[in-house]
Amino acid sequence: MTFAKSGMTTSPRPTALIAEDEPLLAAALQAELELAWPELRVVAMVGDGASAVTQALRLQPDVLFFDIRMPGLSGLDAAAELADGWNTDAPHGTPFPALVFVTAYDQYAMAAFEAQAMDYLLKPVQAARLQKTVSKLKQTLANRAHTALNFEATLGQLRGLLGAAAAPASAPLKVIQASVGTTIRMVPIADVVYFEAADKYVRVLTASHEYLIRTPLKELLPQLDATLFWQIHRGTVVNSNCVETVTRDEAGKLNVSLRGRSEKLPVSRLYVHLFKAM
Amino acid sequence: MPIASKYVVQWTPLALLQRSLPGLTVNTFIALNLTAFGDTPFGPNLVYSHCIGISIWLLIELTRRYLLPDPEQQWRRLYFIIPACVVLGYVNGLYLAAWLLGFPTDGLWTEQPRMVLGYLLLSLTAGGALTYYFMSREQLAAAGQEMAYASAQTEAAQRHAAESKLVLLQSQIEPHMLFNTLANLRALIGSKPDAAIAMLDHLNAYLRATLNASRATAHPLQTEFDRVRDYLELLKVRMGPRLCYTLELPEALASIPVPPLLLQPLVENAIKHGLEPKIEGGSITVRAIHEAGELKLEVSDSGVGLPGGKQTTDGFGLTQVRERLATIYGTRGTLVLTPGPGVGATASLVFPSGHPGPPLGHPGPDPGSSATHALDYGSSPQ
Repeated sequence: MTFAKSGMTTSPRPTALIAEDEPLLAAALQAELELAWPELRVVAMVGDGASAVTQALRLQPDVLFFDIRMPGLSGLDAAAELADGWNTDAPHGTPFPALVFVTAYDQYAMAAFEAQAMDYLLKPVQAARLQKTVSKLKQTLANRAHTALNFEATLGQLRGLLGAAAAPASAPLKVIQASVGTTIRMVPIADVVYFEAADKYVRVLTASHEYLIRTPLKELLPQLDATLFWQIHRGTVVNSNCVETVTRDEAGKLNVSLRGRSEKLPVSRLYVHLFKAM
Repeated sequence: MPIASKYVVQWTPLALLQRSLPGLTVNTFIALNLTAFGDTPFGPNLVYSHCIGISIWLLIELTRRYLLPDPEQQWRRLYFIIPACVVLGYVNGLYLAAWLLGFPTDGLWTEQPRMVLGYLLLSLTAGGALTYYFMSREQLAAAGQEMAYASAQTEAAQRHAAESKLVLLQSQIEPHMLFNTLANLRALIGSKPDAAIAMLDHLNAYLRATLNASRATAHPLQTEFDRVRDYLELLKVRMGPRLCYTLELPEALASIPVPPLLLQPLVENAIKHGLEPKIEGGSITVRAIHEAGELKLEVSDSGVGLPGGKQTTDGFGLTQVRERLATIYGTRGTLVLTPGPGVGATASLVFPSGHPGPPLGHPGPDPGSSATHALDYGSSPQ
């Protein structure tokens, strides 16, 4: 790749990726960036979350502008997935890109995160506000020495944003009601080994059975006892009582093996903080 | 905070003291008069007058408390209670005063019958007048409290209505939709001013229709389709090649009156749950069909389809459409959400093709002669 960053370049121009599903807005942001930060090279523009992840992994840009609402994978989920796939290990690792979320409506109260690792822009993007973001980004790129620290902060902030979507229910669920043909099967919550999001369903797995329910994981999660059920991946929530071992594979990824079930479940980088030897 | 709807008579010592004050004044006034116009000294007059007055007042207070718990309903009992209390209180006060002053009580009734009876009459008048005065004051206070309660209730109801209207508006004009549209508009102003003006016109018509929707009871199907077109045009600018749409409205059906913005939430649903989540986007078709006196409005999309291939619980938009259909057409208006055809989902709205008229329960205009009825065309474009 001709535009891939290389450590040998004497004065590398910073690179950026724009993920925005509305073509006019993507073009407008690029035009605004040209004025606010002429040295910045936009190396790719994509229209959905999944493409954002693959392109970011391929091109390794310095800065990511992610729209939050995108088809397929949301900007937040794409960032989490990118963090999982990113190789941060020295010596060949590239620092994790600086993240800027772009949104039309601030449902996540991003302003609360203003002073932190990631930045955000409200649409329509205004020149003065963009200038502020650009100076912040320049500072971040200049201080790449603190990059490991920055990555941890980014993960923490992402976790906060992904968890902020729903407030926990007052009384946790005691039983999962799954329909099996014409009957409803009552599955005690303690019997559930893990939940897994699958397309439009959520799979409910016990030691011996598997059920499908239609409540999305996002809606189910706040109804679960958070001390018992841990989210370990975007689409996986495990019963912590059923976790037998957590092992690190050769690529440095954590995997969970479970009591009563043979499969191993990968742990997202976002949630590795849950598993630490005492 | 709940407000008591009934006025409650207070029985605290302070309230009793407050109610006794006018009586005590009257007692003193009577004693002064007796002294001025009679030949008895002021001291014994004062004792007599207070003993009698206080006795009567206490008896009335006690009977009111125990025999008149609901003054609003039982005020007629006062006709018996007051004379009885006055006579009893009078006799009691008379003996009490005599005992206090050390006067003999033996010949009281026989020696000065005229005086005793005269005082009794005086007591009756004073007791009756004072009771009347108090009861009316209490009733006024009760009326005042009830009015305050009623106005608080009205205010709460108004506030509630305003809040639900706001929720309705926020659901119709979703912040994401509005700000993304404005962002696109901002982008177009610089690059394609003509396209920006066209977009602004659509936004204008869309906002006006959405904000006015509650006012009109009906508008022609053509207007309904125009509003859908405004909305879809806005989205076309935003989604670019990810959205194609077709509107099929036969000429013959264009003037049929329909409740405003019934289609809108269905189209919004098709976009939000069908096409927006689909990476490659897709198409949406809105068509009107007339069969057997019924109008069928269909919104089909080629989006991601319904969860599990079946209909799930309604969101705010569909619930609102169902409620409106039920209010206007009762069981004759239906909304069905089905998978497909092929991919995506179809929402079908079926209702009688007559004038929607006022909500059920009121005699509406003849459904047959609908098209010529005076219609509220609301914000007709063009």
